[in-house]
Amino acid sequence: MSRPKLPRKSTSIDMTAMCDVAFLLLSFFILTTKFKPSESVTINTPSSVASKVAPDKDIVLISIDRNGKVFLSMDDDERKQIIANNLNSTQNLNINVASFVKAKFFGSSLSKLPEFLALPEDKLKADLLPGIPCKDSASNELFIWMKAINEAYAGKKINLLLKGDNISKYPSFKNVIAAFKRNDFLKFQMVTNPESVPIGTNLWRANQSNLPKTEID
Amino acid sequence: MAELDTSSGGGKHKGKGVKKAKKLSTRIDLTPMVDLGFLLITFFIFTTTMSQPTAFKLNLPKDANDVKDQTPTKQSGALTILLSKDNHVFYYEGILDEAGKNFKSSSFKEIRGIIENKKKSVDDKDFFVIIKPNDFCTYQNVIDILDEMSINVVKRYALVDISDGENLLINATEKASN
Repeated sequence: MSRPKLPRKSTSIDMTAMCDVAFLLLSFFILTTKFKPSESVTINTPSSVASKVAPDKDIVLISIDRNGKVFLSMDDDERKQIIANNLNSTQNLNINVASFVKAKFFGSSLSKLPEFLALPEDKLKADLLPGIPCKDSASNELFIWMKAINEAYAGKKINLLLKGDNISKYPSFKNVIAAFKRNDFLKFQMVTNPESVPIGTNLWRANQSNLPKTEID
Repeated sequence: MAELDTSSGGGKHKGKGVKKAKKLSTRIDLTPMVDLGFLLITFFIFTTTMSQPTAFKLNLPKDANDVKDQTPTKQSGALTILLSKDNHVFYYEGILDEAGKNFKSSSFKEIRGIIENKKKSVDDKDFFVIIKPNDFCTYQNVIDILDEMSINVVKRYALVDISDGENLLINATEKASN
């Protein structure tokens, strides 16, 4: 009594299909990965339940680093040019407009701005720079900046962003807001990391009850 | 998994003096390639940050110097939250008692329940939260408490400067707890 012989199957599998899938995924991830540009001002933002993605066009970004120093950056080169000329004439500064436009961010007092713009790239580190002085209302230079920005962006949409570090203290935030208020910038957005809404809270319930509604619509 | 080249026959089929060219298999072992592929995929999956930063909107009120422009708030519906150093949270309902009797200590974990309770107990249109951060609290604390407002769907709230009396009370409480 011998068992019928089972045909011996090869243990090797065709790897081609798997290989195809693997490389398809690989190319997808390579192409979608955007490497973070190295930032001279490193800021760890707090989290919030806000779900709106931060805008990335027409922005004026005020950063507060962990020591409470204030930095300013914007993305519109044309406006920067207007601001540079404006500052030159109103503050009697001698700024090189071309290097002002080229600068990625600003972080010094107005009087020291020409020297700041001449600094080489490797010296542009938040720890080495003084930041825009806005300690109290008397020497709040951010007010002058915001005024110049207000004039340059007249009639144009402006996304005012505030990016603060977790451990920066409240007074610097208050002073920045004071500079906003004095220039009638009453709407601004704070950059945060997304966070899920805690379950069982009012907002969570509101979101839950909203979902079916939007489906019906 | 490695494939053995079994195509070349043993000595059996060797012809008489005729040497057949050895037939090489065209199949390559793809296993290492797949390994490498998946290794890179995992690398890219872990390094990709899909989350984009979000923006938290805040509308400031215009400073009203005139009393008639200011928004009156009902004492019964007001909840004042004070923030201090080391993530300390204090609060009181209505107007601060002169002896500081209704001045209570809390924490970021408990404050949600307090806001919820207050919201339930008062009329929705009278409910008003006043946030007073002092000079030692961090930006994160402020965002956390503003976030708490949106989590609890508090429609009316304001950031207000802290008064000296409140600062004294905070100092006293912090000293007592140490």
